[in-house]
Amino acid sequence: MTKAPILSVTGLTKDFGEGETQTHVLKDISLAMVEGEMAALLGPSGSGKSTLLTILGTLMRASGGTYDMLGVDLMHVSEAQRTEFRSKNLGFVFQFHHLLPDLSALENVMMPAACAAGWETAPMRDRASELLDAVGLSDHRDFRPAALSGGQRQRVAVARALINNPVLVLADEPTGNLDRESADHVMDLMRTINQKMGSSFLISTHDERIAARCQRRIELLDGRIVRS
Amino acid sequence: MTPYAVKLAFRHLFSHPGQTALLMAGVALGVSVFIFMSALIGGLATLLTLRTVGSIPHIVLERPDRDPTVLVNHPGAQVVLQKDLSRRDQIAIWQPMIPIIEKTAGVIAVSPQIRGSAFVVRGQAVSPVGVIGTMAGKLSEIANIDAAIIAGSASLPADGILIGSVLARDLGLRVGQVVQITSDRGRSRSFRIGGVFTLGIASADRQSIYMNFTTARALFDLSTGVSRIEIKVRPATDAAGIAEHLRLSTSLKATAWTEDNQQLFEGLDAQARTGTIIKAFSLVTIIVGIASAMLLSIVRRQAEIGIMRAMGASRGLVISIYVLEGTLIGLIGAIMGALAAWLALLPLPPVSAVKSGGLPIDRQQGDFLLAIALTTIAAMLASVLPARHAARIDPVEAIGA
Repeated sequence: MTKAPILSVTGLTKDFGEGETQTHVLKDISLAMVEGEMAALLGPSGSGKSTLLTILGTLMRASGGTYDMLGVDLMHVSEAQRTEFRSKNLGFVFQFHHLLPDLSALENVMMPAACAAGWETAPMRDRASELLDAVGLSDHRDFRPAALSGGQRQRVAVARALINNPVLVLADEPTGNLDRESADHVMDLMRTINQKMGSSFLISTHDERIAARCQRRIELLDGRIVRS
Repeated sequence: MTPYAVKLAFRHLFSHPGQTALLMAGVALGVSVFIFMSALIGGLATLLTLRTVGSIPHIVLERPDRDPTVLVNHPGAQVVLQKDLSRRDQIAIWQPMIPIIEKTAGVIAVSPQIRGSAFVVRGQAVSPVGVIGTMAGKLSEIANIDAAIIAGSASLPADGILIGSVLARDLGLRVGQVVQITSDRGRSRSFRIGGVFTLGIASADRQSIYMNFTTARALFDLSTGVSRIEIKVRPATDAAGIAEHLRLSTSLKATAWTEDNQQLFEGLDAQARTGTIIKAFSLVTIIVGIASAMLLSIVRRQAEIGIMRAMGASRGLVISIYVLEGTLIGLIGAIMGALAAWLALLPLPPVSAVKSGGLPIDRQQGDFLLAIALTTIAAMLASVLPARHAARIDPVEAIGA
């Protein structure tokens, strides 16, 4: 059965600076993803992986090209519309967990949904509990981030990325700060969630072991996709 | 303002309790200064007003001036006006006016008086005095003579007088002694000193003598009228308006105490302005303190704000969190400050009971609610710019994505 396309990028470019100091970070990027896909974005440092994820995550605007997701032309929407789109359809996992230190694990997981709704609801709490169960932290739901290990924090961050049932989770070096065992655990988790919940994942990584566990490899070199 | 913004604002406040407590203590101190200054300036004004108007009439009704009307209005004409001195300065028909005056709103006491100049003679010593003849029961209506008696009693039989303590000292007079008083109408009579008073006003204690109304009528040869009608009103600051009303209703010349005490009012006004400046400075201090603290907090939480924005938090949500946080600091700090000021001012005596050298602080004029309201509004305004700065934080830069 053909899976529905969720994302389509054509001729995407990103430039920083102007004139002689202008740097072309992304050059003519064309990319498509379908629902339920788990892709690894590989490339050396400076190849533009993080910039591409940032643009796909609507946190930054591209300099040129087209970017459509779920039928929305994300190149031509307002800041407020991009924020709303991001909260409904995208999840993020960063290299550093970036959990809010004043909130418990459960509250951190609920945070994106609560930001969108304006308050915390019982169904939100139930969903966050389920996600913490799924990442193996059901008995740590009331712990503050400071009381969790690095691997546990990143698992909470994965659960947080999934609270709004995103179509696509963008993960920027999600295991970069973890030891091998914790990295494997987090990767297993994302794989399981991908299979069970159907969320697509685009994972930026240097690690070939991580890439090997994804269905697809997208290789970036000097701002261009060299293999997809 | 969403419930989630309220929750996060409170969570921020409780995440660093020491820092929050310090900040609120700073606000509380500013509010305490505000309230203290309000109570002190207000109390000082009350004390000065009390001391000034406590023993004087607030309004004096007298016969209107009778300058002759100028009928010639030629530019080249020279006109000489001669005052009509053929008649006594008196209110001839005064009794029908008393009920009218008493029914006037704000009037609390009315005292018709017969007044005149006289000399007190004792041996070779002669001293000029002002004689005040008051009706029975009206002695302490204007100046509280009953409370000011330091020797003898305040009763006024037909041959009795009350004299000021300075006059008594200057002439060596004591209660029970007899003195001769000669009025400016040339009538003389002997009086027994029934009491000595001290009002604390040098001119009154040196030159005033109180006597029976009927006796004064005879001494000053005033068969029917009265010299003046003295009135007390509440509040004393309304005297000018009430005087104007009485002028219209009685056709008498009405002079409010405020006309003769412009310097006091100017002094009180300058004092109030000084207080306002000090209060404004304390509010500015609060604004600067809260704005600085909020900016520091936002710099410290830059990554958190960035991650919230990345996860879909709107700029409005970020602004509301930080404006609410600043407002809560202001509100709670202001309540703490107001409570501390209230407790600190509680043991102080009322202004009317302040002894010489004491601080005349009037807790009632502390502007507690105004201080809380202004501080809360100031704190809210102080938080707006830092909050807007927070909302403009670029999530990509903040989280280093």
